[in-house]
Amino acid sequence: MSATTTFRVLRGVLITVVCAVISLPIIWMIAAAFKTNVQVTDPTVGLVFSPTWDNFRNVLADGALVHSFGNSMLVGVVSTALSVVVAVPAAWAVGRFRMRRTGSIVLVARIIPAISLLVPWYYMFAQLGLVGSHLVLILSHMFVSVPLILWIMIGFFESLPVELEDAARTDGLSAFGAFLRIALPLAAPGTASAAVLAFIFSWNNFIFALILADERTMTMPVLLFNFMSYASTDWGGLMAAATLMTVPVLLAAIFGQRFLVAGLTAGATKG
Amino acid sequence: MTTTTTTRAAAGSGSGSGKSARGVAPSGKPFVTFEQANRRLKWALLAPALGFVGLMIAFPLAFTINLSLTDAFGAVNAGSSYVGLQNFADALTDTRRFWPAVGRTVAFTLGAVVLETVLGLALAMLMRKAFRGMEIVRTILMVPLLATPVAIGILWMLILDPTNGIANHLLGFVGVPPQEFLGSVSQSLPTLMLIDVWQWTPMMTVLLLAGLTTLPEEPEEAARVDGANAWQRFVHIILPMLRTTILTALVLRGVDALKTFDLIYATKGPGGGSDFEAETLNVYAYGLTFDYQEYGLASAVLVLFTLFIVAVVVVLRRRTERSAS
Repeated sequence: MSATTTFRVLRGVLITVVCAVISLPIIWMIAAAFKTNVQVTDPTVGLVFSPTWDNFRNVLADGALVHSFGNSMLVGVVSTALSVVVAVPAAWAVGRFRMRRTGSIVLVARIIPAISLLVPWYYMFAQLGLVGSHLVLILSHMFVSVPLILWIMIGFFESLPVELEDAARTDGLSAFGAFLRIALPLAAPGTASAAVLAFIFSWNNFIFALILADERTMTMPVLLFNFMSYASTDWGGLMAAATLMTVPVLLAAIFGQRFLVAGLTAGATKG
Repeated sequence: MTTTTTTRAAAGSGSGSGKSARGVAPSGKPFVTFEQANRRLKWALLAPALGFVGLMIAFPLAFTINLSLTDAFGAVNAGSSYVGLQNFADALTDTRRFWPAVGRTVAFTLGAVVLETVLGLALAMLMRKAFRGMEIVRTILMVPLLATPVAIGILWMLILDPTNGIANHLLGFVGVPPQEFLGSVSQSLPTLMLIDVWQWTPMMTVLLLAGLTTLPEEPEEAARVDGANAWQRFVHIILPMLRTTILTALVLRGVDALKTFDLIYATKGPGGGSDFEAETLNVYAYGLTFDYQEYGLASAVLVLFTLFIVAVVVVLRRRTERSAS
């Protein structure tokens, strides 16, 4: 009995320490966003200080940040929506018709270093006059999210009992009808988690926009990077921008934790 | 929890569709059997995804391999001539940039991924049995792995700033002299590894925890009855059963770690710093391409890098399959 109690106390302490190590840097970032630039660079100012909104006011007044926030949203939402449309039916086909080998070809996309694609993409899209457009960013982000959604949804469809679709088929539905009316509604939770993850991957993507975007279409990570190179002393502003960038992700983690874990671990536990 | 809801929902809509039963209707198209129709259907559904990914990969792959055999420089469509395998020879004999970058890539990946696996597994074992606050801990775990790597890089630059950072301030309390961290040639790569460990250990925990919950409890119970202590049960029962999950997690994380770019580029800039101290293969290839326009050599480096990643994945996958069977 006492051995169990000792274990429990020890476990509680260890887990608390881990949580502190994980969350304190993020808390530090958010706190820094509310500090004056004198306070940010003074390590003796901890987490107790009188907060100021000045950093947020400054970065939002700039306009470029709001604009890039809009770009990130647009590219994230459109690329995710298109990827769902393309990848979910494909995942069902792979799952139902046992085409794992065909499906795994798409996973090659995960392996190839993005940089080896950027020069050919740039060349290819320059020929089409598309470099710097939102469309190029959407296509490049889809290159990440289509395989991601496919990967998650194959496992999801495989876990759905096939009997339901068989029953629907004997009731007169075609295979495609069974997919549309039976499998697709059942896969809604899986699709939601895959879509949220795909959006976050797009939201976080840095390298594609670094090369393929221009001033007008720049996404937030690139803006943040440029902001750092030009204004490396404005830590308060940087942290305010980084905080704004992290807020959507934080909200997703808080409200969609179960969903996201299901998405991240789909396929991984099956091998 | 999720499974039960899914099954219940499944049963619900299953009976719903039963009401609209029309019996097995003969197909209106007599020349297409059900099998043929399904064959068409599966390819029709797969075509957009396969076609898109194929197009986005096939042309770039051919383009890159072609470039790697030329002396393309300055602009990809400027006149260039074929030089055979000269670029590969140049890369493989380059002990100033290429081989050190290979070494750093391997060191960074091995160091970070091994630490992440060990710590991630330890944390997953701690969180295996339900406890109060489990949901909050799981939520906290999600934050670093979902956060933007560029933002994370900038955040750690503030924390690790040699003169004004909180890290040195805290180290001062325990009598450790101020460190240079990312500002020093020797500490840059280990520091980046630790940031990577901070960001990705939770990912390992999430994956391994999912694997742990699918394990049957009987073998462990049997071992407990036979008098095996916690450590023996972990080494002889849990680890072997968890092998496939661990190897799969290693593949997923390993591939991403080998390709780490955002964090390194955001914190160290082009070339991984003035002495190339954090220049991995990916950063090197990026610099060759976009800073020096050495397209021929850059493509050769990228082909070699891709082959290297593929080799790592193949070896790990083979081990996974062997342990699964």
